[in-house]
Amino acid sequence: MAPADPGAASEGEAVLRTYGPYGGRFVAETLVPALDELERAVATVLPSEAYRRELDRLLRDYVGRPTPLTDAARLARAIDPEGSQIERLLLKREDLAHTGAHKINNALGQVLLARAMGKARIIAETGAGQHGVATATAAALLGLPCDVYQGAIDVERQAPNVARMRLLGARVIPVESGSRTLKDAMNEALRDWVTNVATTYYCVGSAAGPRPYPALVAELQRVIGDEARAQCVAGPGLPDAVVACVGGGSNAIGIFRAFLERDPGVALFGVEAAGLGLDTDRHAATLTLGRRGVLHGALSYVLCDDAGQIQEAHSVSAGLDYPGVGPEHAHLKDTGRAAYLTATDAEALAAVRLVARTEGLLIALETAHAFAAIPAIAAREAGRLGRPARLLVCLSGRGDKDLATLMAHLDAEGAS
Amino acid sequence: MIARLDGAFEELARAHRKALVAFLCMGDPSIDESVDLCVAAAEAGADVLELGVPFSDPTADGPAIARAAERAIRAGATLDRVLDAAARVRARVATPTVLFTYYNPILVAGEARVVARAVEAGVDALLVVDLPPEEAGPMRAAAAAAGISVVALVTPTSDAARVDAIAVASRAPRGGPRGFAYYVSVAGVTGGSTSGLEAACARAPEIRARMARPVVIGFGIDGAASARAAAGPPGAGPDGIVVGTALVRRVERGATPEDRASGVRGLVAELRAALDAP
Repeated sequence: MAPADPGAASEGEAVLRTYGPYGGRFVAETLVPALDELERAVATVLPSEAYRRELDRLLRDYVGRPTPLTDAARLARAIDPEGSQIERLLLKREDLAHTGAHKINNALGQVLLARAMGKARIIAETGAGQHGVATATAAALLGLPCDVYQGAIDVERQAPNVARMRLLGARVIPVESGSRTLKDAMNEALRDWVTNVATTYYCVGSAAGPRPYPALVAELQRVIGDEARAQCVAGPGLPDAVVACVGGGSNAIGIFRAFLERDPGVALFGVEAAGLGLDTDRHAATLTLGRRGVLHGALSYVLCDDAGQIQEAHSVSAGLDYPGVGPEHAHLKDTGRAAYLTATDAEALAAVRLVARTEGLLIALETAHAFAAIPAIAAREAGRLGRPARLLVCLSGRGDKDLATLMAHLDAEGAS
Repeated sequence: MIARLDGAFEELARAHRKALVAFLCMGDPSIDESVDLCVAAAEAGADVLELGVPFSDPTADGPAIARAAERAIRAGATLDRVLDAAARVRARVATPTVLFTYYNPILVAGEARVVARAVEAGVDALLVVDLPPEEAGPMRAAAAAAGISVVALVTPTSDAARVDAIAVASRAPRGGPRGFAYYVSVAGVTGGSTSGLEAACARAPEIRARMARPVVIGFGIDGAASARAAAGPPGAGPDGIVVGTALVRRVERGATPEDRASGVRGLVAELRAALDAP
């Protein structure tokens, strides 16, 4: 965990906020005791031998961890034909985890925790549906009922994941309020939780939300980076830079965590969704264009207007279509430990196609934002190092869920 | 000098009456009309007005207030304009006012600036739904220095230790206004269940003793019967009750400004009569 930035927060605040001036608990009073209860459970259950053993067993035998590291030589040459910028391009294959994305690491860990806490019901919010599917999967495995809130627009554009959640026994509740996307799904999940707080566990999907969620999710996702770092050290050597897409930021913080303090020489890059472009108001580039604000229980960067109203985000990828971001990323940006770039919808769509044709990998639209930034990052790193760079990219999820969106774009391009 | 809000509660206590706190979403359906509706509520017998600042993501509110907020935002309501409206309400009635808001609009505008503007507008207290006392230090300091209070919330999930912690964290500085505590009757969002009112009423004296300030009960009060259930008999229960969603629904249902004003007046008068009946 990064140390508090002296002077950025008063002493009292530094105790409450975990990431410099960011984080905290900005929730209705009803939820404060529930967050206290969760914090106690995180402190006692997570380090316990029984919990650790069961989670490790499930991650190995059920999720299929460790996920491999793939050397993407053809993609590297397609991006950098001369070989002057990229020495190696390594992909951490979270798409091969059960349910097809990194989200299962967090969902299994939290649903196990919920069971240890004696909670009778699981709720979750979901954007692209990957967290919803992962939570529905974990709830099915552990025999707990599960309700998933999903924005009505996302229900439409992520139909395969809606079907998966239903087959897994979860109830998918379309949210018709506001922008009808991830932000509104999280609003509705919070309303459910505040109403049913005694019996219900809220399984937050990203490294966002009130304390202790950002730390809990980062702890459960750090397996990505811990594995990847060990795999790098055992083979090709430490990367020069690590790249991941950032919506709320859970796969990014998961892969960053292993390098954050131990390897200060390893550059960390998060890639946000620029939607239709940073010069439009149709983007989800919260860290790049947002300001300090409070959304969904944490102080972080948010997209909001001068009156403090949260703005609607836009991204072709439902999982990045969110006007907030996890508080640790806000701190990493301010301290300069990580840099945050953006990729547009069009660049992400092009990246999906390039990766499919060079590597035979159909990546999720969220993940594609990280890949779209590889040329810029490779150029920057090669310049910094004076030699071709070793890049580690988090392939956070597979793209099967995006087929409808992808085909619509392919058809539109074919027609023009 | 006794702060207007503290004075109002003291006067009610002397008269053995319970306070009626009326919430309205400012800007619904327009800023001008919501000022008129506040005046109508005060004239019909509201003792305290809660001026709701509409927010895009009202996670503590049920569908009725969320819809009102959407209408108000579309009508151009912002924190700044609600503060302008508060000044216009203050010019017309002496009723104490509470600025009721989510935190992000305050954070973006700047806590010190909002407090200064609120004082100028004759606002007597701030209630920030998603700002637990541990996060409210700077705002409370600014408010206390300016002579206004910050309303603390207590809920059915707050055990005795939590109530004590809230009491300590939210205590007014020496000489500062006491304000009141808001006891949320049920775990849930506004406009939901009425199931917690009797229990809240029974627990109110304990909350008052621990918080060392008047206590009002809100959430789920929609008419005379639920008002009486929450308020309890004179000398028992809380110091007052809050009605919000039911008023917002009257505004939503009214087809004309006259309909809306008479809807608000009618409900406030009904609740006033229920509270004042022997």
